[in-house]
Formats: sequence, structure tokens, C-alpha cells
Amino acid sequence: MKAVETTAPAPAVAARPRRPARRGRAVAAAVTAAALLAAVPLVLGAYPVSMMTRMLAFAVLVLSVDLLTGITGMPTLGQAAYFGVGAYTAALVGVHLTSDGAVQVAAALLAGLAAAAVTGWIAVRAHGIVFLMLTLAIGESVHQLADTWSLVGGGNGLAGMPPVSVLGTALPAAGFVYWWVLAVAAAAFAVVALVARSPYGRTLRGIRDNEARMRALGYRPGPAKFGVFCLAGAVAAVGGALWAAQVRFVSPGDLGFEVAALALLSVVIGGSGTLWGPCLGAALVLLVRDNLSAHVGGHGALVLGAVFVAVVFTMPRGLAGLARRPRRTEARS
Amino acid sequence: MTDLLTVSGLRAGYAGGTVLDGVDLTVPAGSVVALLGRNGVGKTTFVHTVMGMLRPYSGSVRLGGRELAGAPAHVVARAGAAIVPQGRRVFAPLTVEENLQIAAPRRGGPWTVERVYELMPRLAERRANRGDQLSGGEQQMLAIGRVLLRAPRLLLLDEPSDGLAPAVVDQIAGVLERLCAEGISAVLVEQDLHLAFRLADKVAVMRKGRIVHRGPTAEFRSDRRRAHALLGVA
Ligand SMILES: Nc1ncnc2c1ncn2[C@@H]1O[C@H](COP(=O)(O)OP(=O)(O)OP(=O)(O)O)[C@@H](O)[C@H]1O
Ligand SMILES: [Mg+2]
Repeated sequence: MKAVETTAPAPAVAARPRRPARRGRAVAAAVTAAALLAAVPLVLGAYPVSMMTRMLAFAVLVLSVDLLTGITGMPTLGQAAYFGVGAYTAALVGVHLTSDGAVQVAAALLAGLAAAAVTGWIAVRAHGIVFLMLTLAIGESVHQLADTWSLVGGGNGLAGMPPVSVLGTALPAAGFVYWWVLAVAAAAFAVVALVARSPYGRTLRGIRDNEARMRALGYRPGPAKFGVFCLAGAVAAVGGALWAAQVRFVSPGDLGFEVAALALLSVVIGGSGTLWGPCLGAALVLLVRDNLSAHVGGHGALVLGAVFVAVVFTMPRGLAGLARRPRRTEARS
Repeated sequence: MTDLLTVSGLRAGYAGGTVLDGVDLTVPAGSVVALLGRNGVGKTTFVHTVMGMLRPYSGSVRLGGRELAGAPAHVVARAGAAIVPQGRRVFAPLTVEENLQIAAPRRGGPWTVERVYELMPRLAERRANRGDQLSGGEQQMLAIGRVLLRAPRLLLLDEPSDGLAPAVVDQIAGVLERLCAEGISAVLVEQDLHLAFRLADKVAVMRKGRIVHRGPTAEFRSDRRRAHALLGVA
């Protein structure tokens, strides 16, 4: 096709309004949040710090769920499986090979990637509720495997993981493990955020919005969905490795249905598709499950259910929606 | 003149039912064929089937000499066809700019986002707005701009005037006229005869899943009684 000869001069298109400013604000917010989080061990005691370490690891799992559910529109109940693959891989490496945290994270990442590639091959062909059911089946299968396989301790779990070391130095105190977990979690967040903003991320959001339309524009949704499924598997596995680094004991309960459901719940509570909102959701969900639960007579699940209902009715965009300024008149005709 | 699109004996429908019952239609390169017909005769089904969004039962769809019947939409899209769907269907949560960028090929092509803005300055003004904040006319422009970025050889326009005020239809017509002037080929599905006559070189009328009339636009316009009989309108 030839160029259209425009007779009128090109309109004075204002140089990209607001975009760089908005990106600058986002980066500034991320850096501030990271700095505040880094200061936590200097202020809080050992127990809250270990609690927050687990929140960070869980947030990485939730991040992978948001990548699939919020960005790509593939609601999943299977991410706990890859989280578990990562946790077990890291623990096995820790017990049998090395206490080096970086090696454990790298091994977990590769294992999660491989597990997601094998299972996602089939899963991404399904849509909607069928996809959800397939991911649920994947999660349950991996849970069963962990529960029965003696090599990984079966139902007793895998214990005896030595403290993680970084750059050859063991990290005995909770604060140091926290910093290590924070650093890796921040890197995972940065990677996922960059992917979400890239042209590939735009393609994924297009698929979420209207897969047939993307196809008609010449895209093959299949490979794009498979790619993001593998990436999400790797991210979830990194979260698992971080969880193992803190807890140093991995059991089938860490990759059960409850974990997958809580991860999805965190995404909804936090505001799906925003990445940072679900991370806040993750912290809130773990806080309720592990701490408040004791104060309400063990009815943590009930409290979470109530929080869920309240959020769905009062904040359709989740916690992230609260940060958004009210939109001005939405012109429609 | 060589034919860009040649459809013959195309049969298609939904869940075993037949909507298209042997459609034959050709679009010569560089020309616009208006596809007319009453509501529900199968015009949308036809463009969807050509685009590969619906699998035909039988028949042939040749684009630039290549047989594409039964090929999936992304293959048809890569072969050079592009659809501007009825009801627009822009990506509602994405901004105007993102809607365009999503279609922009990485390697570049004859169309860039900036060129689309030149063609339709209204879109440039609304570039930071979300798809669902646009007026119907703006959504139509966005839907057109989006497919231009795929550098199509053949446009399938499904009722671009649908639900738009006359003044807005006029703007859309101006945009399409500029594209026609540079020789784009198109199938234009329309109920608005003014728009169809303004843009099309040829007219085809569909009824009950078949083409019951085809001929030059001027000839069709001149015989009002036949047009009335075919379309049930004046
Ligand atoms: N997805 C579908 N499933 C089943 N039947 C369908 C579907 N889409 C259309 N139909 C039926 O196929 C027939 C042709 O519909 P189609 O949308 O192609 O008509 P059209 O000529 O585009 O009409 P309009 O002018 O109203 O857009 C109609 O009887 C319609 O009810
Ligand atoms: Mg139609």
C-alpha cells in the first residue's frame, strides 16, 4: 500500500503528554517502597521480620498469579504447584548440594520453568473455566506427588535444610535472610513489571480483552500464552525458593489447594492486573491467615471470606483502586 | 484487472445450520465492492468466514491467488486481509495509543502510529483515553486505524456507519475515501446506501445466503425499482 498523500499539514501532536512523568512516578514509588521495606529489620523484631519474609515470598507467587490472571486473563488455581516445585528444588539443593541461595533460586527457576513448560503445553489450549479446572488438576497432581514421593519426604515433608548463604557467607539472623528475600523478590517484581509494560505485555492484555480480535490482527495467541505460562511458572518457583530459604522446611501443605486459592484471593483483593496491588493483597491475606486467625478462634478462613466479599462489593478494583484518583467525566456518545 | 479476492461456492453457518449457501464474489485489485442486504441475511457471517474466524463447510476463498478456506484467522491476517468488525470492538481497557501500538508491526511498514494520527487527527487528541471512553465515531476511527497498521491488502469493513450520527458517518466516509483514492481494496458491508454508493465501484446484494445481484454501482443506482425490490428500501 502506498502512502496517503496528506494535503493538510500534520496536526501539531503534543509531544507525548504525561507518559514519562507517570513512569517516573511509578519508578519513584517502587524505589521508595523498596527502601522502606529494606529498613524493616532495623526497626522490627525477629518474629515480625520472619513474618514479612514469608509475605515477600508469597507475594512473588501472587505476582505470578496476577501475570496470568490479571494481565493475560487466565485465572489459575495451579500456581501453587510451581511454587512447590521451586520450594522442593531449593530445599533439595540446600540439603544435598549447596547452601548458596543464588544457586537454589536458579535451580528452582529452571525447575519451575520446565514444570510449567511440560504442563502448560496442554493447559494453555483451554479457555475460561476449563483452563481453571486444568490448573486445579495440575495443582492437585503435584500435591499428591509431593505427599507420596519418599525422595522428598512424602507427607512428612522435607526438613534439614541448612541456613542459606549468599556470596559465601551464611545468613544466620532473620534480618539477613529477609534482605536476601527482599532483593530477589524486588528483582522478580521488576522483571514482571517490565514484561507487562513491553510490547509483549500489550499483546497479553489484548489476548485478555479479546483473543479472537488478536488473531484477526495476525497474532497467534497460543505461543504468547504458552510463553507467559512458562514465565509465570518460573516466577512462582522463585517465590517457592524464597519461602524455603526462610522456613527451611517444605511440606505438601505448602503447595496445596489452599495456597493456590489464597494466591488468587490476594490478586482479587489487591486489584488484578496492577501487580503491586496483589502484592499488598498477599501481605494482607497471610497476615489474616497466620496471625489474626488465632485471635478469632481459628476462623481465619471465615475472616478471609468476609474480607473477600467486602472487597468485591466495595472496591471492585481492589486495594489498587483506592490509589487511583477519581476519573473525570468519561465521555461516551 | 486481476482479482485480489475470489470467493466461490462458499457455504458456512453455525452449529450445522447453513447461513451462507454458496456465495460467489470477486473483488478486483484496487476496487471496493459494497455488500448489501437486509438484516440477518449473512453479511457478517460472510466476512467472518473470509477472515477465517468461522470455518466454512465448503467452498473456496482465494486471496492473491492463495487458497485460504479453512485457514485460521492469524494466517488470513498475515496473508493480507484485515477486518473492521461490526460494533467496532476496540480494546476497551487499553488507551488509543496502546490500541494502535498493539497492531503496529515490530519491523515497521507503510503505516505508522503517527501516520494514522495524521489521517485521523481526532485520534491524536484522544491518544491517552481508554477505548471505552471514546465516542462511537472515534471507536470506528480507532478500529480502522488499528487494521491499517497491519498494512492490509484487503479491508473487510462490516457496517462502519452502524449506529453513528450522519455527521460522523460523513467523517468516516472521508477517511475511507482517502484510503480508496490510494487504491485500497475492500469489501464494504453497508446498510447506509449513501455511504455504499459514495465508496463502492461495484455492488453485490445478498439474500438468503446467496448473491442475487452483482454489477457496477452506477447501474445499480440508476434502476431504483430493482434496488427497491432487492433490498426492500427506496
Ligand atoms: N454466533 C452465531 N450463532 C448462531 N447463529 C448466528 C450467529 N451469528 C449469526 N447467526 C445467525 O446467522 C444469520 C446471519 O447473521 P449475520 O450476522 O451474518 O447477518 P447480517 O447480514 O450481518 O445481519 P446484520 O445486518 O443485522 O448485521 C442470522 O440468522 C443470525 O441469527
Ligand atoms: Mg452484520
